[in-house]
Amino acid sequence: MIVSLKLNKPPQIYQSCSKTLRVKIMSASNRPLSPHLQIYKLPLTGLISIAHRITGAALATGLLFFAYSFFAIAAGAETYLDLQNLLNHSLGQIGLWLFIYALFFHLCHGIRHLIWDAGLSFDKKQMNKNAVIELTASLTLTLCAFFL
Amino acid sequence: MDYKTPLAKVRSLGSAHNGTGHWWMQRISSMMLIPLSFWFVIYAKKLTILTHAEISAWLAEPLNSFFAIAWLMTVFYHASLGLQVIIEDYVHCEWRKIAAVWAVKVGFFALGLATVLAVLRTVH
Ligand code: HEM
Repeated sequence: MIVSLKLNKPPQIYQSCSKTLRVKIMSASNRPLSPHLQIYKLPLTGLISIAHRITGAALATGLLFFAYSFFAIAAGAETYLDLQNLLNHSLGQIGLWLFIYALFFHLCHGIRHLIWDAGLSFDKKQMNKNAVIELTASLTLTLCAFFL
Repeated sequence: MDYKTPLAKVRSLGSAHNGTGHWWMQRISSMMLIPLSFWFVIYAKKLTILTHAEISAWLAEPLNSFFAIAWLMTVFYHASLGLQVIIEDYVHCEWRKIAAVWAVKVGFFALGLATVLAVLRTVH
């Protein structure tokens, strides 16, 4: 359903800094609302789509640690050893492998974005199949990286 | 009468006001990150096993210096573009949005540059 909306205020008002005002504008404007995440059960493809964003943000945070690793190497043996001990601690190992798993998942779904951008693979059956392929591929890549 | 060309009309559209430029750079950096990420995973594993002397020598090998700097430049760029999109989606207040996007851009640029310099210090 498409609801046409006549704005009698300039669109900037919808970017208001007050949250209550934004909610008021949203409900008063009678615009179609997007699915409420608390009510709507996401299909697998939807979960994966959100996971891509979450892993992107998590990877950007983890990146800070790996950026630090280059400083530690440049700083000398002692600083490097501290970092290495941190990484080889059991918690460090868990963090490292979660990062690598997140990276491979983000990479696999990223490739799918690139395929979509080429205008391919929008068929519903194909979408669900690809979601399973992505999850399997990212797990396989992580296991390969772990054991090789 | 419309004097604008179709290209001029779409330039600077979108929430970042730079048309399709952001989108393209996100795609190009993504494609570059596919091979670079495999180098990164090798590096991450080396971090857990090599001594300081060994990893410095490893990074000084021409191919590894190349991949280290290429990965750092690409990933910091890609991450700042990505975080920008997330901020633009969730921060509705205009001045906060602009401030947050700028903070991420400046911060990631500075950090990316500093890490590249760190690699150069190691491999000099
Ligand atoms: C440590 C490495 C990486 C970091 C920190 C990172 C970070 C991010 C962030 C924060 C986003 C924004 C997410 C969103 O808008 O929902 C993003 C999007 C994206 N990333 Fe990455 N990424 C990394 C590696 C990769 C790799 C290896 C690929 C390979 C294909 C990739 C492909 C993409 C694509 C295609 C998008 C855009 C998705 C869209 O249009 O919604 N990324 N990334």
